[in-house]
Amino acid sequence: MYHIVRRGVSVLTAMVVVGAVAACSGSSGTSGASVPGVTSTEIIVGTHTPLTGPAAAGYSKISAATKAYFDYVNSKGGVNGRKITFKIMDDGYNPATTQQVVRQLVLQDKVFAILSGLGTPTHTGVLDFLNTNKVPDLFVASGSLSWNQPKKYPYTFGYNPDYTIEGKIFANYIKANLAGKKVCTFGQNDDFGADGLKGVQAVLGASGVTHSETYDVTNTNVGPAIGALKAAGCQVTIAFTVPGFSALALGAAAQLGFRTQWMVSNVGADYATLGGLLKDATGPLLEGVLSTAYLPAPMDTSNPWVSLFMKLNQQYNNNTAFDGNVEYGFAVGYLFVQALKAAGKDLTRQGIVDAVEKNGFSGPGLSALRFSATDHSGFGGLQMGKVQDGKQLVFGPLYTTDDGSGPVTETSSTQPAPPEDGIPS
Amino acid sequence: MSRSTLLRHLVVTVACGVLLFGLTYALDPFRDYQLATAAAYLCATAGLTLLAGQSGQLSLGQGALMAVGGYTVALVQNQFGAHNVTTQWALLGSLVAAICVASVAGAVIGVAAARLRGPYLAGLTLVVAVAVPSIGTLWHSLLHGDQGLSVYLLPAPASLGETFPLERWQAWLAVIAALLTMLALGNLSSGRFGRTMRAVRDDEIAAKLAGINVAGTQVTAFVVSAACAGLGGGMLAVLAQSVSPGAYAFTLSLNLLLAVVVGGLGSLTGAVWGSVLLVLLPWLADDLTNSLIHSPAAQQRLAGNLSLAIFGLLLVIVMIAAPGGIQGLLNRAGRRVRGRRERVAAYRAEPSAPDAQPHAPAASRTSIPNP
Repeated sequence: MYHIVRRGVSVLTAMVVVGAVAACSGSSGTSGASVPGVTSTEIIVGTHTPLTGPAAAGYSKISAATKAYFDYVNSKGGVNGRKITFKIMDDGYNPATTQQVVRQLVLQDKVFAILSGLGTPTHTGVLDFLNTNKVPDLFVASGSLSWNQPKKYPYTFGYNPDYTIEGKIFANYIKANLAGKKVCTFGQNDDFGADGLKGVQAVLGASGVTHSETYDVTNTNVGPAIGALKAAGCQVTIAFTVPGFSALALGAAAQLGFRTQWMVSNVGADYATLGGLLKDATGPLLEGVLSTAYLPAPMDTSNPWVSLFMKLNQQYNNNTAFDGNVEYGFAVGYLFVQALKAAGKDLTRQGIVDAVEKNGFSGPGLSALRFSATDHSGFGGLQMGKVQDGKQLVFGPLYTTDDGSGPVTETSSTQPAPPEDGIPS
Repeated sequence: MSRSTLLRHLVVTVACGVLLFGLTYALDPFRDYQLATAAAYLCATAGLTLLAGQSGQLSLGQGALMAVGGYTVALVQNQFGAHNVTTQWALLGSLVAAICVASVAGAVIGVAAARLRGPYLAGLTLVVAVAVPSIGTLWHSLLHGDQGLSVYLLPAPASLGETFPLERWQAWLAVIAALLTMLALGNLSSGRFGRTMRAVRDDEIAAKLAGINVAGTQVTAFVVSAACAGLGGGMLAVLAQSVSPGAYAFTLSLNLLLAVVVGGLGSLTGAVWGSVLLVLLPWLADDLTNSLIHSPAAQQRLAGNLSLAIFGLLLVIVMIAAPGGIQGLLNRAGRRVRGRRERVAAYRAEPSAPDAQPHAPAASRTSIPNP
């Protein structure tokens, strides 16, 4: 009997110690501030992003660039006297890890907002959590349609043009320039691939896509899928892929002798990122690959925004090799600072949501942002891009369209010159 | 098992429950969430410690059984959601379903496992751990691949007040599940079934001669541990409000075993230590890297890896220095203190008597300590 009582006591102590450890390790948090993550001198924002894992290639540079932009803004006195602290959490592109790190950011670190959380499968899982906790979930780094549900998720805003309009614009280009060819798709086996395919089919019709294959990010063997595309005789293949899988697909196609006109979603088509993966084969494999863009081509050094970001990259980002990811990181940082300024001195969570809904932002984007009270999707237009002689540049008009059956229309790009000091007024 | 044992276990369980209930109020929502996660892990580690420590069957596949539980909860809960079921009791139904489905899966594996020994059994369960999470990508239309499913979960009951944090409610649910698991397993292992398991573990032939159904005992132990894993996996799904193959990856199975061994194999209290380590170590390692190392490149290299390294190192140290795990160490320390006290008492009572022997149960001489 004594033995069992002792065991009971030891279980009890175990439980109590657990609790005590947990209690002692409590974070100090922000003292007395009514708005989480905001004091008179600081704004804490956080992000989840893949620094490791299957999607880390390229994407791991985005958050560092955003942080570098905030470092620059902080060196100029911050926004309304507040310096921006950017907490970057690695989720390895694993939705389960995203759940953990986002809870840590919101509940423990008490961030003001989540900025540029990356990934369709990863971020989809935290939408409910962020919105029930009324945390602004700004400029999600993905083009899923899920971000645009203002009624269900009033705190979530997209950034990338959604994959459906990208699919429609790809299909529109095929209709005009590659008519009569057999069109296939190769997409990520989640909303990313599905939204893209939906867009392609909206323009070409369900029968307009000869064959469609998918891949799972946890399985790098894309050979069978690419083989099936070859067997289907695909002449044009649209890839809705992250960079690692764009490279795998192009490489597998070359190995199998599968000749097709590749069209790669802008999230997986950055030349420098793919170059880092394809090494010596980069030139021949990427030549002629079509893609889309909503930011100026990072290789277009004549663009004033590109040269501004390159300069800041040199000074604040350890002069990392400048590519589409670095440019993206700077652009999203710029937009966040714009939103903070628009929200005014008395910063609240609702205040910044209202400011983003009011919109009126203009910056490095080639097209306008669609934000309004009834629309939370990001950029609404894309230009086509192409690799020619080892240079990836944009060409042709800017196309805009909607997520439904609306037509694809041509407009001209409305990119203003950047402010002198690179900080929005 | 005498009635008084059951009564004592009940008293301890209720006392723990009251303490933890108070604790959830003292903690902020993030700690509540961590407490809830540890409690969910405890369901699985307690089952595993019974299986590996007491019935002597090594399973590397508990994570897969947790996945079975998690996906069952997700599918059942989402059916409730689709039919607008608004009673909190629905969750109980989902969890019971998770336990049942995981038990069936455990029975299937257990029947095969009862024919295998040592490394072959580990190999079989390893295959299960690797194969089961990829089922999620196989049946894509139902389970949504790597993206996984979100889990419909009602907010905390309105009667608790509007500002009541969801995390505290989740902590209550998980702690109740963990306490019930501990109570059930505690009774099971101190009763006839526990003795049968230990007999089978120590010598199968001797057990057979004593009239014990060896295979039956092994399969039953597997089913019990699978049920616990199913409950733990289901609780994890409730906490994250989502399930995905990544949440139940192969590393989870390994981590569960690590936790059980470091905590003290075969001891239910050891399972508590193990599950706490599972939650606290990654988080402490992360904080440590962020506060000590400022180079972003080095931080990136260490992110997510450091906790694994610490866990591995801890395992090596524990195996060398304290094969009985944390609980074994605590028992030893407790005995030493008590032994000294007894010697002093004996000396005072009868100074001429030889040194009273310190209280040392036979368990300390075997490599696998009794709880």
